[in-house]
Amino acid sequence: MVYDFKSRRIMYGLTLFFIALSGFAQMPIFKRYYIADIPGLGWLAQFFVTHAIHYALAALLIGFCAYVALDYYFARKNSGTKKFQITEDTRISASAWVKIAALCGLIITGCFMVVKNLSGIYFSHGVVIGLDLLHLIFCMLLLGATAYTWVRTRSWIC
Amino acid sequence: MRSPISRRHFLKTSFFAAGTAIAGTSIAKAATSADADKEPLVTLIDISRCIGCEECVYACQDANAHKFPEPEKPFPKMYPDRVPVEDWSDRRDVTDRLTPYNWLYIQYASATTKEGENITLTIPRRCMHCQNPPCVKLCPWGAAKQEKNGLSRIDAQICLGGSKCKDVCPWDIPQRQTGTGLYLDLLPAFAGNGVMYKCDRCYQKIKKGEQPACIAACPENVQTIGKRSDIIKMAKDLAKEKDGYIYGLDENGGTNTIYVSPVPFDQLVFETGKGKPHMHPVKDTMADGSNLAIALAIAPIAGAAAAVGKYYRQMKEEA
Ligand code: SF4
Ligand code: SF4
Ligand code: SF4
Repeated sequence: MVYDFKSRRIMYGLTLFFIALSGFAQMPIFKRYYIADIPGLGWLAQFFVTHAIHYALAALLIGFCAYVALDYYFARKNSGTKKFQITEDTRISASAWVKIAALCGLIITGCFMVVKNLSGIYFSHGVVIGLDLLHLIFCMLLLGATAYTWVRTRSWIC
Repeated sequence: MRSPISRRHFLKTSFFAAGTAIAGTSIAKAATSADADKEPLVTLIDISRCIGCEECVYACQDANAHKFPEPEKPFPKMYPDRVPVEDWSDRRDVTDRLTPYNWLYIQYASATTKEGENITLTIPRRCMHCQNPPCVKLCPWGAAKQEKNGLSRIDAQICLGGSKCKDVCPWDIPQRQTGTGLYLDLLPAFAGNGVMYKCDRCYQKIKKGEQPACIAACPENVQTIGKRSDIIKMAKDLAKEKDGYIYGLDENGGTNTIYVSPVPFDQLVFETGKGKPHMHPVKDTMADGSNLAIALAIAPIAGAAAAVGKYYRQMKEEA
């Protein structure tokens, strides 16, 4: 069977774009810099809207990551069979490992932040600041690595 | 505006000391007991007792004067031009609204009682200390914090003054002072705009087992602070006894400030606007996030199930 990488790429790309956009919208910058004034982008200045969108897309991204990771595992496991394009020699590229690390970092820090935002949950001030900064650093790492792989046309697997 | 001859100093000697002595013991107990970790501190505000003397307002200013901003002038130019300069440093004596230098003010409300009598009520207004405060939880830098005892406060050392806390606060409580804080050391022209200020429930006093200044200074004992369960019971009993109405118990998912009024809150007529918060019903602003957290918990299971399903389908096809 031929892997449907194209639809996967489109879905991942769109999710990544909007989750990053809604993430940056958590900072009060889109209104200041007139971006929310562009017709159709007013929602970017509505913090509760972007917050909910960020959560919904995070659910989508986490589900998608779990699916792709397990699917890859099964595909390698059964590389001997004729249906699978992925073989034992298939490797995850170095740039992909960077993206995977950043995604894991984002998911882990993000999950802690979701828990922190529930009523009655208190994290120490240092932990909260640490989570905020780490989440931002992992985001920049992922976007940087994504830009690199985009320009250099590096694939996730080689 | 603050009157030149304030009753404050006169009253201070007579009531302040007595009030602190009586109530101080209970807060000390509530704040330092093991229960303080389990239950937040809540204040009950009995509106019918307030005489509008503003002692609480001046006590708040006195107790927190060392936290007030001393902005550097001239302010750095900010881009783009739409970024508002908010400067209260020359209007520190304003007491008829919330400002960075006035974290508590007295709101005058007119109302008609059940008996048809027209009355004026005076209502101390400040941060409600929400149970799940959006100002804290949604601050992108972690500058706002909530303590285990339920109070929320903004760290003036970290706040960049983007005012998101005010935008997400259902009552627009935090107030900005331009020209102070961390943003001056970063990119003052392009990011940040000062520091946000609001009632911090006199956290430094609570830590020492003392009453917040506004509570201790009140000659009419309008406010009572204590463990959440105790205060809720007290508020409900008071409302029952006085045939009164409650605000703050369910607002924004529940707050740590509970008002009891002799008149329904939707019948109070008062000026609202900048620095003058409303008293409308408020739905839980953090509810969507809390509900979506469930979707986040299910997501990896759903993704994994889809992959496993696909695998077995393929295996079957191959067999
Ligand atoms: S009332 Fe506003 S400023 Fe106070 S805790 Fe609630 S959201 Fe924050
Ligand atoms: S609790 Fe303290 S900071 Fe808050 S209004 Fe009262 S005196 Fe002011
Ligand atoms: S709460 Fe107390 S101190 Fe404040 S105005 Fe009312 S009576 Fe005066």
